Amino acid sequence: MSRRLLIGMFSDEHDILDVTKAARERGYRIVDVYAPYAVHGMDKAMGLPPSRLPWVCFLLGLSGAALKVWFEYWTTATDWPINVGGKPWDSLPAFVPITFEVMVLFAGISTVLAFFAVSGLVPGRSKQLIHPRSTNDRFALVLEQTDAAFDKAAARRLLEGHNAVEVLERVEEAR
Amino acid sequence: MASVVGANTAVTDPTPLLRPPLITGKKRLSQVTEDICSAMERRPGLLWWLAFLAALSALVLGVAAVSYQIATGIGTWGLNTTVGWAFDITNFVFWIGIGHAGTLISAILFLFRQRWRTSVNRSAEAMTLFAVMCAGLFPVIHMGRPWLAYWIFPYPNFRGPLWINFRSPLAWDAFAISTYFLISLTFWYVGLIPDLATIRDRAQPGLRKRIFGWFSLGWNGSYRTWQRYEVVYLLLAGLATPLVVSVHTIVSWDFATSVIPGWHATIFPPYFVAGAIFSGMAMVLTLMIIARKVMHLEDYITGRHIDVMCKLVIVTSGIVALAYGTEFFTAQYSGNQYEQFVFLNRAMGPFAWAYWTMVSCNVLVPLLLWFRRVRANIPAVFVISILVNVGMWFERFVIIVTSLHRDYLPANWANYSPTAIEIATLVGSFGLFFTCFLIFCRILPVIAMAEVKGVLARHGALAAETKEVA
Repeated sequence: MSRRLLIGMFSDEHDILDVTKAARERGYRIVDVYAPYAVHGMDKAMGLPPSRLPWVCFLLGLSGAALKVWFEYWTTATDWPINVGGKPWDSLPAFVPITFEVMVLFAGISTVLAFFAVSGLVPGRSKQLIHPRSTNDRFALVLEQTDAAFDKAAARRLLEGHNAVEVLERVEEAR
Repeated sequence: MASVVGANTAVTDPTPLLRPPLITGKKRLSQVTEDICSAMERRPGLLWWLAFLAALSALVLGVAAVSYQIATGIGTWGLNTTVGWAFDITNFVFWIGIGHAGTLISAILFLFRQRWRTSVNRSAEAMTLFAVMCAGLFPVIHMGRPWLAYWIFPYPNFRGPLWINFRSPLAWDAFAISTYFLISLTFWYVGLIPDLATIRDRAQPGLRKRIFGWFSLGWNGSYRTWQRYEVVYLLLAGLATPLVVSVHTIVSWDFATSVIPGWHATIFPPYFVAGAIFSGMAMVLTLMIIARKVMHLEDYITGRHIDVMCKLVIVTSGIVALAYGTEFFTAQYSGNQYEQFVFLNRAMGPFAWAYWTMVSCNVLVPLLLWFRRVRANIPAVFVISILVNVGMWFERFVIIVTSLHRDYLPANWANYSPTAIEIATLVGSFGLFFTCFLIFCRILPVIAMAEVKGVLARHGALAAETKEVA
């Protein structure tokens, strides 16, 4: 199914924040907002739920640490025990530094990979830009024209009332 | 992050009027893109070429020296059975310390919400990567048989499998340095993605656009992605902060877990971490002062940035000075004649010149930065930053060589002087560092455009002006 989109282009972060808030209050369906930088407060304005990536970070960090403690214990105490200065086989305190490093490595790399996966960021992928200047200095609010009851003129007035520099219409084909 | 800052910050944010703007020159968003991208799209100037040729020559010298010493053997160094660690390990600790300021700026100052970091974090992170590369080379060279370097990692092998000794600080070191490099690289790359997309979208169709397109992963500025990006950035900063402390702590354990007087001290981890950030801050200052001049970025890296970084140098210099004093006092108070001797010998023995170079460069010279006039005088700051780096190199040299050269048995006492090969290797590491940094300045945006744009709306010269009018 294709979607009819109404796109408002803005040149100032205050305008895009205000218009996004207003559009949400009036019940328009916000497809997305495009911005050249992370505008603070935009996730609230759009009503986005908090990201679940911290869980990936926590759980993978924890598994990395657990795996490493087990591995150190297994190699040093079980598989080939070596007497180093009369220290006990399971020298847990001495295992702490590497366990910490491996935990950070697992947590960091897995969070980034999970971020790429959920955001569809793939090397070599080319995504359609909403506007040629949207990675430079233009902000875009993309509204979906939901049904016949969608009052295009009112939506246009809303966008223009917040200093839209340009209002575009586009039909997006089904993916 | 974004959720912490309220939506109406433009009205409630109290800072901009009280302080000078972070970015001068009344920039608009498109001008930021233009200024930073055009600096790398222009042909490099004469100054850049001169610097690049100098760095490349140093690198070639280093490659020749390293090849020679690997082919010939470690007899090419000035080491003896008493002084078994000297130049290589000094250089290793020096370079890894340089790297730490990059993480301080990119991660710790991010967590403290220091907005001025946006102008310098990209190049400081690049500095971290190149410094860690230089640092990583030295333990490998020092092994004498670098082709067996991978033995430090636990992999299933045909010797048993005989695993590595996980109780050894040297094994901890290998894990710490490799994790640090990988996490710094990831952090740097994630920060680069939006800027790579900006460059992709302004590049003419061709190879350059394709390369930037490949690395920008199809970034299109969607806020759903930005929201996750901000979360990932915060998480990485939160991970990198304890990581950087752990890395230099582990480096200090290479020394502190031994029973050598002068090394066996509990003060070592905080002392090393503070020293690392101190030397790294000085190196950031050196690089930024060069970069803003060569790349014409005076509007982005302003006097205010230099002022703030100078203050960080003062703080860390104070911590280092306190550590020197504490170390000396503890040694004399310990009642241990070996400890007492090592510290008196540092200050008055054959390496007294190195010790007093260290004290003057690290404790006395930074005192000048207490004066606002000195902090505002960029050539003076440049000279001080270089002296601090000289001092910090000597700090590691003093710790390593003076503790070793007087053994418990006077019959084993020896002296140390570096050979030309060792000095050429040090010069070569500087060559590698500056070659990498100069290439980075040419092919990637030295300033994080997306972050500067975010600061601009509230802390730029234009924003400050409109608010005054209002």
